[in-house]
Amino acid sequence: MGYTLNFGAVWRDFDLLLSGLALGLGLAIVSILIGCVIGLAAAFATISNRVWLRRIAGAYVTAIRNTPILVLILFTYFALPQLGVRIGKIESFILTLAVYAGAYLTEVFRGALLALPGGLREAGLAIGLTERQTKIWIIIPVMWRNALPALSNNFISLFKDTSLAAAIAVPELTFYARQINVNTFRVVETWLIASLLYVAACYIIAFGLRQVERRLAIPR
Amino acid sequence: MAQPVLKIENLHKKFKEVEVLKGVDLSLQTGDVVSIIGSSGSGKTTLLRCVNLLEEFHEGRILIEDDEVGYLSGPPRRRRKEAEIARQRAMTGMVFQQFNLFPHMSALRNVTLGLTKVKKLPLDEAVAIAEKWLARVGLSDRRDHYPGQLSGGQQQRVAIARAVAMNPKVMLFDEVTSALDPELVNEVLNVVKGLADDGMTMLLVTHEMKFAFEVSDRVVFMNQGRIEEEGPPEELFRAPKSQRLAEFLKNAKF
Amino acid sequence: MLDLARFATELWIARWAVAQGLGMTILISTLAIVLGSLLGIGIGLVLVYGGWIARFIVRLYVDFVRGTPVFVLVLASFYLLSGIGIQLTAFQAGLFALTIFCSTHVGENLRGSLLSLPRGQMEAGKAIGLTFPQVFAYILAPQALRQALPAWVNTATEMVKASTLLSIIGVVELLLVTREIISRNFLSLEFYFFAGLLYFLIDYAIERAGKFVERRVALPT
Repeated sequence: MGYTLNFGAVWRDFDLLLSGLALGLGLAIVSILIGCVIGLAAAFATISNRVWLRRIAGAYVTAIRNTPILVLILFTYFALPQLGVRIGKIESFILTLAVYAGAYLTEVFRGALLALPGGLREAGLAIGLTERQTKIWIIIPVMWRNALPALSNNFISLFKDTSLAAAIAVPELTFYARQINVNTFRVVETWLIASLLYVAACYIIAFGLRQVERRLAIPR
Repeated sequence: MAQPVLKIENLHKKFKEVEVLKGVDLSLQTGDVVSIIGSSGSGKTTLLRCVNLLEEFHEGRILIEDDEVGYLSGPPRRRRKEAEIARQRAMTGMVFQQFNLFPHMSALRNVTLGLTKVKKLPLDEAVAIAEKWLARVGLSDRRDHYPGQLSGGQQQRVAIARAVAMNPKVMLFDEVTSALDPELVNEVLNVVKGLADDGMTMLLVTHEMKFAFEVSDRVVFMNQGRIEEEGPPEELFRAPKSQRLAEFLKNAKF
Repeated sequence: MLDLARFATELWIARWAVAQGLGMTILISTLAIVLGSLLGIGIGLVLVYGGWIARFIVRLYVDFVRGTPVFVLVLASFYLLSGIGIQLTAFQAGLFALTIFCSTHVGENLRGSLLSLPRGQMEAGKAIGLTFPQVFAYILAPQALRQALPAWVNTATEMVKASTLLSIIGVVELLLVTREIISRNFLSLEFYFFAGLLYFLIDYAIERAGKFVERRVALPT
């Protein structure tokens, strides 16, 4: 085989990899926050009484979930300028990822909303809150707890999807890994370390989120 | 005296560190119908499940017509091979509390599966036997129905047909009416009684005291892993010797 | 801004390339799904019935692969295998990565389905004297497969979407063809949208086929 492992070459640029990882994490966080707003709105739309709202939200979810994310990324980055919108790489990626996350989160929130006891909304109205107040103070806080596990899973998926930012040269972990690989030819070490970084990050995030879930859980 | 069909000798079973069966001896002749009663945790279901080795036991012997079930006592004591154990299980028939019918097969197929795959009978023979037993439990017209289309009582009757079609030496009934709605209990008990009248050797674990009284040749009262009292139903139910049994019967409102 | 006439002309000019790209996408996806599912069944079986050493190793494999982004798997396959002397084409490397990815999903699904079956099914099978292989073949597997079907259809659509990543390593599938077309006529909006639409239609077709099969094998209630 004639391949000797030499991690030194990769170790030298380890800080680059870490910065890429941090960027990826940051991208994921921003995207999921925006995605939550979109997803929550769309989830309410899917259970609204107005048919047109339901249709639009449904179409949004179906369209995005069945389209490859790479196509969406390229579409946003290259096609928007054609419509006159000038947008930087990172912003375009965040936009894409947020819209993508929103579609999946719509289903998560929708499921959590449907799982709520029917009487909750009525109880809020009965004590004199408006529809809007009931939504804000009662429905969303309870639904939120139900949605946490699925939300965590989606966040981890989203974090892995940030690797695709490398396709439009955003300097995140995969981008740097590819660079190091091409520069040093240390294929095994580079990709092993890149993989391990992702796996470790996912584990830590998953662990952290589970702790959060436990803290926020409604005591039973 | 004829050789017993089922003989349980000094049966001990541990679950983790707790002994749940502490030396049980029981013997059934052909045609005997024996009911086991007792409170939860007394070990009665565990005892039943040892007979067809759904539960392991670490000491003692179980013999079905002189064939040692599950383990060869040696010395050394060793577990039989899986193929042998499977063969031995076919000598008993078990009916479960939760019916456990195979949901992806019709009633007929549920019954013929064992006949074709275990007894290796040709399909037409298996179907004939299955149809006979389905008729016997009153479900001829449901032979092509799936479990999801049957009521609880109907499912349990199919389960009985499935077990008895294999022509077992002993039938094992594990609280077969406990999971049924009250109005469906009788249809199942009638089938069980019919089998008993036909001379089937049966070991039943049951909460239905009245039924146990009517159908059994002998009743066994178990408490904390041991047989505390054993005898004909009139003796046990009318004149219990042990105080615990008396209390149990009082609570069971017999 | 949006020139549909020009788009139509350009699409007609490029129709053969698009067809080839589409064909390649379908080929890769199908191969990855089939190979990945076969491997995945093995993985699922080991995770449920294997000895503790086998389960540990497979568990490590599954967790490692699932914690790694697919994109990294594809790139790693591509660079890594040639780096250690295994000469693979981009197609083969990409297929390898997708197969591995698919296998972990299928394996986990199968494990979930098998474990969700009530214990009583195994016991009832044993009680009538079936051996373990018989219980598995006649009783557990048919039920588990029925249960795993929706998730498997979902995995299949994920594989189609993942096939786009192979464009980055130069496999001439639909997305790469799309990018090449765009590099010539700059109709980014139209052609990316068109590509998205094609992928959507493929996934939609898979979902419909899946629902059809689900209905056909559903048990009567």
